[in-house]
Amino acid sequence: MHPDDTGLTATEARDLRRLAGFMIPADPAFGVPGADDPAIIQDVIATLRRDTADVKLALAALAELAGGSFADLDDAAAEAVAMRLLAENAKPVLVLGRVVLSAYYRDDRVVRSLGREPGAPFPRGHVMPPTDWSLLDPVKTREPFWRKA
Amino acid sequence: MTITHDTVDVLIIGAGASGAVMAWSLADTRMRILCLEQGDWMKPTDYPANGRDWEARRMTDWEIHPSRRARETDYPVNDDNSVMKVANFCGVGGGTVFWTAHFPRLHPSDFRVKSLDGVAEDWPISYWDLAPWFEQNDRFFGVAGLPGDPGVPDRNPPMPPVPLGRTGAAYARAMNRLGWHWWPSDIAIATEEYEGRAKCINLGHCTPGCAQGAKSGADITYWPAAIRAGVELRTRCRVREITTNDQGMASGVIYYDFEGNEHFQPAEVVILACNGVGTPRILLNSTSGRFPNGLANSSGLVGRNLMLHPWPQVRGYVEEEMDADRGPMTSIWSKQFYETDPSRGFLRGYTLQFARGTGPVTEAVQGAAAGAIPWGPGHHAAFRRHFAHRLVVGIACDDLPEEHNRVTLDPVLTDSHGIPAPKIDYTLSANTAAMMEHGIARATEILEATGATGITTSRTLLNSPGHLLGTCRMGTDPERSVVNPWGRSHDVKNLFIVDGSIWVTGGGVNPTSTIQALALYIADQMKQRLATLFD
Repeated sequence: MHPDDTGLTATEARDLRRLAGFMIPADPAFGVPGADDPAIIQDVIATLRRDTADVKLALAALAELAGGSFADLDDAAAEAVAMRLLAENAKPVLVLGRVVLSAYYRDDRVVRSLGREPGAPFPRGHVMPPTDWSLLDPVKTREPFWRKA
Repeated sequence: MTITHDTVDVLIIGAGASGAVMAWSLADTRMRILCLEQGDWMKPTDYPANGRDWEARRMTDWEIHPSRRARETDYPVNDDNSVMKVANFCGVGGGTVFWTAHFPRLHPSDFRVKSLDGVAEDWPISYWDLAPWFEQNDRFFGVAGLPGDPGVPDRNPPMPPVPLGRTGAAYARAMNRLGWHWWPSDIAIATEEYEGRAKCINLGHCTPGCAQGAKSGADITYWPAAIRAGVELRTRCRVREITTNDQGMASGVIYYDFEGNEHFQPAEVVILACNGVGTPRILLNSTSGRFPNGLANSSGLVGRNLMLHPWPQVRGYVEEEMDADRGPMTSIWSKQFYETDPSRGFLRGYTLQFARGTGPVTEAVQGAAAGAIPWGPGHHAAFRRHFAHRLVVGIACDDLPEEHNRVTLDPVLTDSHGIPAPKIDYTLSANTAAMMEHGIARATEILEATGATGITTSRTLLNSPGHLLGTCRMGTDPERSVVNPWGRSHDVKNLFIVDGSIWVTGGGVNPTSTIQALALYIADQMKQRLATLFD
């Protein structure tokens, strides 16, 4: 999908991708990509929908902090600007964080790194460990204590 | 132009927990019964658990708050002036589509708070009036649980309880160490095949609809039976107001269909089942020369005494792996602090509810917002310390009625049909605040007994629980209540209210079990009085 189809300009999409890389960097120790991975950022952009306006506001604030194109800053300056933005608790920044995290933590590679199988919960479901109901034994010895009325 | 329909005997507004019960129970009278529902039938294939974006949708089109969810069928609610936010769902099944299915009952003492503790008002009925209806509802709806709980009166859930899992067992061991009561919760989830419904497969994402169909809902239990018995259910029909005739009786309703066409539906009996916000909204919108302050409102209490159930949560993290999002959201409760003990510094009490955990997206979003999971290089290690290690204890506080806590009509905000939207004003009382702090301290002790660290507290949560109660309360005195002890309006004798708005006090439990038992009781009372219903 072309970034323009989502309401983001090409500049905004570029800034978003670079910002995402600072938010969640790749980490070989955990075997995970960064949030700026092409597949993940494509998922972010493709699923913005009702959050587009807030994300655009957050990216405008990012550009303002950068004094221009965030994506063109050198690494040190870009990281400093990114962390300043992310330290804000303004709603647009929280929404941007949510949409990036939502896409990141459903990526197959990330999900597998957590020891889980990727996919929707239904119809697979989960198997729960058997319950040890002997844990209830001490409670069963109590007399009724609800208030008679 | 208004489209006028043939008169029906009984018109029910709202197809949720109580409306469905009324439709099903009254169907055996062979009266012509119609229900108008502003939402749609829900399809299990549309529920978030079918997709990989299941967690993200909980924060967008399956948000529990109607204004943020903003589906076509939702109406907005202005709760800016409330420390707690509302939750609802508009559709066949109503709130029983979008719920955790926790199914405790009010306690006997909840009906006698004035007599026992000198606060609020007694209900005009008792727990024991509802007892047979609780049992019937448990069987029809399908409830899992375990008899023998010393913290509540005897009951007989028809299915075995949901599994404790790793998380429930961790709580149970901690409660045993403390010597405090706990018991497997009553939960309206099929833990085995039940009446044609498949058993729970621990999808874990229970609240916004169960794709498996194991979670009970009025849409998959009462409604199919009611429709088979001849009840008509019209969806996408939003009621604007109840009309009255020259005798001051309800004559029907004006509603809008999904295309915005205006309809008049005449009826001999009108039953409101729209929850503690939707019901007063319709009554306050139903003004006339005879009822200038809204219908059924001679007491001035329509919309007042709103109760929302304050519900702090205390969260901590343990070393060992927990269930996270696997399995039904809750598995056990504690009634240790439910009944009044004045030495605690407050009256009434609370249920402790023990939650499992969340999926990875929710853990990450909440952790990032709280600053517990940082952005940047430290993100991954912090996330892994949190995800699947979470314990959460909820404190379901009794909510006593206060007249200043209320629903009114917003002077500006309207829904998509231009009908004034509800506005909520709600504050916490000193008694409630003391109760919350007591519960938070006990929940903290429990988490410490599990070995949890990083313990934090949320006193009021954005999405939890939003139970809507008390705004048209029942009673014997027309100056102090809106409906009589069997749900009939004191002012309009063919108008009934059967949802949570008729509650006198809030109790410290999720309300659906008692709402449905109360609706079954009222339906039975109506059937016993058919020849004299309007006397």
